[in-house]
Amino acid sequence: MEARLVPNPQMPCRPLTFDEDVCQGCNICVDVCRADVMVPNPRKGFPPVVLYPDECWFCGCCVGHCPRPGAITMNHPLGQRVGWKRKESGEFYRVGMKNPPPPYSEPPVGGW
Amino acid sequence: MPDFFDEENPREWAYPIEYGLETRVECDVLVIGGGIAGCHAAIAAARRGTRVAILDKGPIIRSGSGGAGVDHWHAACLNPCSKVTPDDLAEYVQKTPYRQTTEYGNAITCAILARESYDTLLDLERMGVRVRDIDDEFVGSEFRDEKTKLLFAYDYEAKHCIRIQGWNVKPALHRELKRLGVAVYDRVMGTNLLTEGGAPGQRVVGATAVNVRTGRFYVFRARCVILATARPFRLWVFSTELQGQASSFFDPNCTGDGCAMAWNAGAELTLLEQSVPFAGAFRYVPYGTGNAHNSWYACTIVDRNGKEVPWVDRDGRVLQTVAERYRPAPGQRFFLSCPDVPYEYQGPRLIPDLAQRIREGEYQLPLYADLPSMPQDERRVIFGLMLAHEGNTRIPVYATYAAAGFNPSRDMLQASLLPPDGYTWGPWWNSVPVPQWREVGRLVNGGGLVFDWNLRTTLPGLYAAGEQLACGANHAASATTGRYAGRNAADAARKTAQPKASEQQIEAEKNRVYAPVRRSKGLGWKEVQAGLCRIMQDYCGEYRSAPALELGLQWLDSIEEGEYASIWARNPHELMRTLEVGVRLAVGRAIMHASLAREASSEALGFKRLDFPSIDPPEWHKLVTIKTDGEKVVVGSLDCDYPLKPPFASTCEENYRQHCALSL
Repeated sequence: MEARLVPNPQMPCRPLTFDEDVCQGCNICVDVCRADVMVPNPRKGFPPVVLYPDECWFCGCCVGHCPRPGAITMNHPLGQRVGWKRKESGEFYRVGMKNPPPPYSEPPVGGW
Repeated sequence: MPDFFDEENPREWAYPIEYGLETRVECDVLVIGGGIAGCHAAIAAARRGTRVAILDKGPIIRSGSGGAGVDHWHAACLNPCSKVTPDDLAEYVQKTPYRQTTEYGNAITCAILARESYDTLLDLERMGVRVRDIDDEFVGSEFRDEKTKLLFAYDYEAKHCIRIQGWNVKPALHRELKRLGVAVYDRVMGTNLLTEGGAPGQRVVGATAVNVRTGRFYVFRARCVILATARPFRLWVFSTELQGQASSFFDPNCTGDGCAMAWNAGAELTLLEQSVPFAGAFRYVPYGTGNAHNSWYACTIVDRNGKEVPWVDRDGRVLQTVAERYRPAPGQRFFLSCPDVPYEYQGPRLIPDLAQRIREGEYQLPLYADLPSMPQDERRVIFGLMLAHEGNTRIPVYATYAAAGFNPSRDMLQASLLPPDGYTWGPWWNSVPVPQWREVGRLVNGGGLVFDWNLRTTLPGLYAAGEQLACGANHAASATTGRYAGRNAADAARKTAQPKASEQQIEAEKNRVYAPVRRSKGLGWKEVQAGLCRIMQDYCGEYRSAPALELGLQWLDSIEEGEYASIWARNPHELMRTLEVGVRLAVGRAIMHASLAREASSEALGFKRLDFPSIDPPEWHKLVTIKTDGEKVVVGSLDCDYPLKPPFASTCEENYRQHCALSL
């Protein structure tokens, strides 16, 4: 167990997280972000640095333009993770819960 | 990577630093703001053979409030199925208070929108946007026209609003800009307008700008300038703590840059006193909770016991089927989608006394959007089309909820838990507004520049489009006014000599812009931003009065010469944010002056004066205008019906014909 001298996080959640094994550091997400929340990683080929997470608008354009599905995830803050009720069973679920139900796989109208 | 955030040993900036370096650009038409209005304006001007430059603080491929998509296209009166005409909408605008506060804007913007909305959609289709059900997924649906394959929203009989698959509308516009050879300046923030001789109130001859990644300075000289930036947002509340910049529905770059530039240059502004309360960062994901409104129209709502909340028509008659929610009432020709329209245009709605019936225990919270009980095609079109293509929904709602296991055929999305009165109006994801937390205007309409039938402002050489127009309205209105302004500006540019800019004005602006990066210490932008928001809340909140507004103006001046004068920026990104604080100081001042100038309260404008409590007295049924003249603020007024009074013709049709810059 360690203790470090570090500041608080800039905001409660991490709006964007990267899977380093999937992301190839192409920086398309950096260039489509309206608020310029990311900068390219000085190490080529690595995920961008999320320098200004507090300026994220949660529009998801970075995810939408990512050529490698799964490389970026957009995460709503905990206070925004809404719930639903399964009609036939009356069970309650929410975004971000432990042991979620299987994903819904139907693509949107017009496809991804 | 903690070393990135080590304030003692910060890393080098991510991009080349070019503070003080200058690029000079000469063009016929300069478009400031590359959102929906700006892109359509630039495309229209370029198609007329003029040299066009467009700049935006963000990346034009996705920037602007419409940058993350659009799912329904309003006022498509000229589509082959529509039973609503441009004259019908013009008549509607004339029946509303102040004639400027509708979801279609005023007589001018509504005339342009109604006549060009469908044509603009066809233009987008040629650019590669899917505006029809070309996969034949909805064959046989009541909202589909089998011949054209168009899908309609809201009123399935009158067919004036089209459901489109618009997630990629901005990339398509961006491609078209490039194809036409428009000079595109991404990440370049306009800082001020250049005027002839550098004097306010004179012809606009260009603009200065700064690159928000490199800090490079730009001087644009143009025969005509189109302001296509948005309304000012986040002026009363600025908190990134709870959900970043998602505390407002509108793009985080929409800080009111155009408003401030116009104010500084001496253009006339109006309706800036109009405002609505909102919930700031306490709202929910847009379109992301159970709802029956807007893109969710007209989803079945049930209470916690599965008891259905009835839908009624405008006369309170309970509707028995889902299909009836998409039909006008008996004897009604068409309905409009906004809830607060005159009786004549009111559409189906959830029972208006829902709050009372929740209080009495008839309906128990929470409520749910019962997608599983909706007919299959309605369920699919709400969740699979609307929530996959509307701005800020494709990834934040569709992809995120689908990955989390939400299945629209089996699951009922919960509506946010609100106090009973919160259910009277939708959309419920907006949560409960806080009275002193405000945004300029209404949801899709608000104050801005005074304009004429050419979309010229009161300054020669300066045009406006989209949300920059006082009462600019929805996505389609931004698109149509954009291209209309683009055509007019291009035609005017051809008749105008290339003007000179004042080197003195350029030098002064350069000094102003770089001041925050020349300081080696000072206050951060967020503190000053939050401080000025507090002034707006306290002195220009729900209730306003002359003494409080005058004191508020004094405090804004005091912040400007005090804290703002010591604001510092450690890189070009922070420079952009510090310049935005300056923008909000200017716009805040304009709003306070506009509020002082209207010496009456108004229900339609959401405007309460403690010292003038009389509501909408007839003598104040006018547009109050404000502009700067040197240090002075000049107050004036315009007839609410100015678009149809001399020097203009008396009908929208005739004015449109004379000013649309098309040979009809």
